[in-house]
Amino acid sequence: MSSPIKAAVSSYLHVATLLRLLAVLVFVLAPHMARLPVWETVAVLAVIAWRAWAAQRHFTMPSKWIRGALALAAFAAVYISYGRINGQHAGVALLVVMAALKLTEMDQRRDVMVMVFLMYFVCSTHFLFSQELWTLVYLLLAAVAVTTVLIESNHAGEPLPLKVTLGRGGRLVAQALPLMLLMFILFPRVPGPLWGLPSDAGASRSGLSDRMAPGDIAALILSDELAFRVDFDGDAPPQNQLYWRGPVFWDFDGREWSEGGPVYTAPYPVQLQGAPVRYEVTLEPNRTTWLFALDAIDQSQLPPDSLVTVDGRLLANKSIRERIAYRAVSHPRYLAAPELSDQHRRMATRLPGNRNPQAVALAQRWRAEGMNDAALMQTALQMFRDQQFFYTLNPPILEGGNPVDEFLFTTKKGFCEHYSSAFTTLMRAAGIPARVVTGYQGGARNVIGGYYTVRQSDAHAWSEVWLRDKGWVRVDPTGAVAPNRVELNLQSALGADEALPFAFRRSSSQLFTQLEARWDWVNAEWNRWVLAYGPELQKEFLGRFGIEGWRDLMLALIVALSAATGLFGLIALRRAMPVRIEDDALRLWRQATARLAGDGLIQRPHEGPQVFVARVIEQRPELAATLQPLLASYLAMRYVGDTSAIAKLQQQSRGFKPRKV
Amino acid sequence: MNLDLHRTLDALGTIVLGKERQLKLALTCLLARGHLLIEDVPGVGKTTLALALSKVLGLSFQRVQFTSDLLPADILGVSVFERDAASGNSSFRFHPGPIFSQVVLADEVNRASPKTQSALLEAMEERQVSVEGATRPLPDPFFVLATQNPADQIGVFPLPESQMDRFLMRLSMGFPPRAAERALLLEQDRRTLLQELQPTLTPAQLREAQALVGKVVTTPALVDYLLALIEATRRHPGLKQGLSPRAGLALRRAAQAWALLEGRSGVIPEDVQAVFAAAAGHRLIAAERERAAPTAEAILEAVAIP
Repeated sequence: MSSPIKAAVSSYLHVATLLRLLAVLVFVLAPHMARLPVWETVAVLAVIAWRAWAAQRHFTMPSKWIRGALALAAFAAVYISYGRINGQHAGVALLVVMAALKLTEMDQRRDVMVMVFLMYFVCSTHFLFSQELWTLVYLLLAAVAVTTVLIESNHAGEPLPLKVTLGRGGRLVAQALPLMLLMFILFPRVPGPLWGLPSDAGASRSGLSDRMAPGDIAALILSDELAFRVDFDGDAPPQNQLYWRGPVFWDFDGREWSEGGPVYTAPYPVQLQGAPVRYEVTLEPNRTTWLFALDAIDQSQLPPDSLVTVDGRLLANKSIRERIAYRAVSHPRYLAAPELSDQHRRMATRLPGNRNPQAVALAQRWRAEGMNDAALMQTALQMFRDQQFFYTLNPPILEGGNPVDEFLFTTKKGFCEHYSSAFTTLMRAAGIPARVVTGYQGGARNVIGGYYTVRQSDAHAWSEVWLRDKGWVRVDPTGAVAPNRVELNLQSALGADEALPFAFRRSSSQLFTQLEARWDWVNAEWNRWVLAYGPELQKEFLGRFGIEGWRDLMLALIVALSAATGLFGLIALRRAMPVRIEDDALRLWRQATARLAGDGLIQRPHEGPQVFVARVIEQRPELAATLQPLLASYLAMRYVGDTSAIAKLQQQSRGFKPRKV
Repeated sequence: MNLDLHRTLDALGTIVLGKERQLKLALTCLLARGHLLIEDVPGVGKTTLALALSKVLGLSFQRVQFTSDLLPADILGVSVFERDAASGNSSFRFHPGPIFSQVVLADEVNRASPKTQSALLEAMEERQVSVEGATRPLPDPFFVLATQNPADQIGVFPLPESQMDRFLMRLSMGFPPRAAERALLLEQDRRTLLQELQPTLTPAQLREAQALVGKVVTTPALVDYLLALIEATRRHPGLKQGLSPRAGLALRRAAQAWALLEGRSGVIPEDVQAVFAAAAGHRLIAAERERAAPTAEAILEAVAIP
């Protein structure tokens, strides 16, 4: 290349502008890269790099045959990768690769415009995958970046300095923000998540399961993912009462617990006692119908579209695929199932024959010693406490067919599921109705928002035992071994040598805790007000302003948009008009003299201020003392241009309060 | 300075009775370096006003009675071939006309032929006279006070519209009020009193005052008012044409002079209103000959002060 730096290679696009466009394209595509197959990321980056090189070397663009072949190949590659060319992932993959290929045919200004609008469109597709706060921030930046390209490509001559285009782009986006907000609030909502797609539901999520085998919950503990947030009305109950009820397991095959309980639809026989606890739960999507509530829930105040099972669980009518919020009322003191039906008793004492014989034998021995139910229960807990049982996240693997025996008599190291499983087995073997309950225990109070966050790491399993006159009583055998797990949190229950992954060491630093709490609070508010803004919330929110029904909504939308545009126009108009200091004087003068209007003393349009004041004083001589200095300041400011008089005039204008006659 | 101007006004008031407003406008006109046209019937004190002005300001005064046979040379002056007695050399020597005087009273200016009129008006505008190839500056201050009889009298050449524009103001003296006229009749002859009148201002002081006029502030807000007035005359259906840009400048200058006379450092709308009739009235031309032009007062009332 003889002249390496040669400006204005083509009539429609400066090299510098093209390079900026490519940089912006990379920025816009970047979040998608992780979601795309590797071949596509490589191909897209290769095309972009080639285009940058080609622009500097003045290559001629490939012929339409080559371009057509490339497009077909891209189609084929996407189809091979995904088995389809539409849908969330495949569709985006196709869009991204085609956007990159568009670079090979930027022959005219029109193509540049197409590229710009493609980039805007790609921006919006990010919402299909993530609606977090940071996504919004990133995409706003991307919108500014794309807008700078739009400005640049419409600018003839030498490229503008980056600072100028960034400034203009930022201003344009900032000006669009109020409109965006208006549209967000007023545009009619359809049920369902804002960006959710059906195919989105297949993605795997960790969480409680409808079965429990040894090690399941321990694996869950390693997930820092949020399960739900709880906002209590008033004070929260103590930590050791925060048992969030999840799946209840009745059926045991000797190794694995599963639901298999009585039919759901029977009413939950519970007598509520004591003071209620009221709270609102914001539940992350868990793709099940499980809602979480404290024991025991008040069935007369259930959230909409929910029911309570016979074993006291709260269930939604349909799978929870979007974040939902619901209110519930619970009574920490209650009497559940004072009478146990034979069927339930049978289900709650059933054990698989010939499994875990040692445990069964132990329980039967206790029974033979003449212990009653309560004493037997205490004996079992005492055993966990007295013998060398350890609470650990990394228990030895129980591989045999009798894991309860293995745990109770050999390893003696376990986690909540081991303890609850073993305890429930012992109770059943002694003929006491018992069941395993899973859910979450505890929660961390957010110091900023005052609400509680419950994470997957708070997952827990405990037991319930039916005692005569006491009904189903919650017994947490883990609490017998590691009281801190229940009283405080997980970390305190584990030994010092068994550290949790970094993210779980919540108390490691004050600052970290503060920052984390703040960030969680921001996310909670974001979820609550932005992502949860569906038809329900919209109806409620707008209802406060008397906007009801879609007619009102459309009207409000149109009025708001017109008002916003009008306001914007007015501001622009005002900008275009000269701003003058004397106009402030006029405003203050009018404010003051308007107070004379009540007495019929109104300055005529053609009447000069001095003549007006003379006329006023003629009628109201007592005003001369206050009106004359006001007039002097006004004239000095408006007709001599003495800007220093403004403060005095303000004071005089405010102080001018003629008495009505 | 203001005190001197007020003393000047007071002194004038002892001669020209009951005409305070006209006196003040005349002084305003002088301060603004404009020329004054007084349009009125004979015998209402036009000449007395001119004499009194020149006397109190200590200015030289010449009076030219315009007649139909008056020639430009009669005003501007003429070069005469004459012999210098001392050296014996003969040469043309310029004899300055009455225009070479600080205050010139052009009496009944509409009786002269247009040619003579235009000679006067050009001198007024240029403030210099070109006679026989030589340009001679006129004295400073230079103030022409022209009088004209109303056009309905016989044997007059009314000043053309374009020439009217050369005068900053046009005034009408009007008959004196009864009390003033009574005093006029009872007291001494005005001409005698004039002789006794002492100058209150030196020509240098007058020039200083004239220089101050341009320093009186006109804020954008006031200019807006001036513009509103000018635009109103241009849009008015009763007027053939509105005020010209030159008229606008004249109006502003007159208002500045008035404000100075009032002792203000900035022009207020009232100042504009005070001079508007005098400074703009003679420049407004009725759209139809038969109908009178709307009065300046009517325009003032129709325009709101912005």
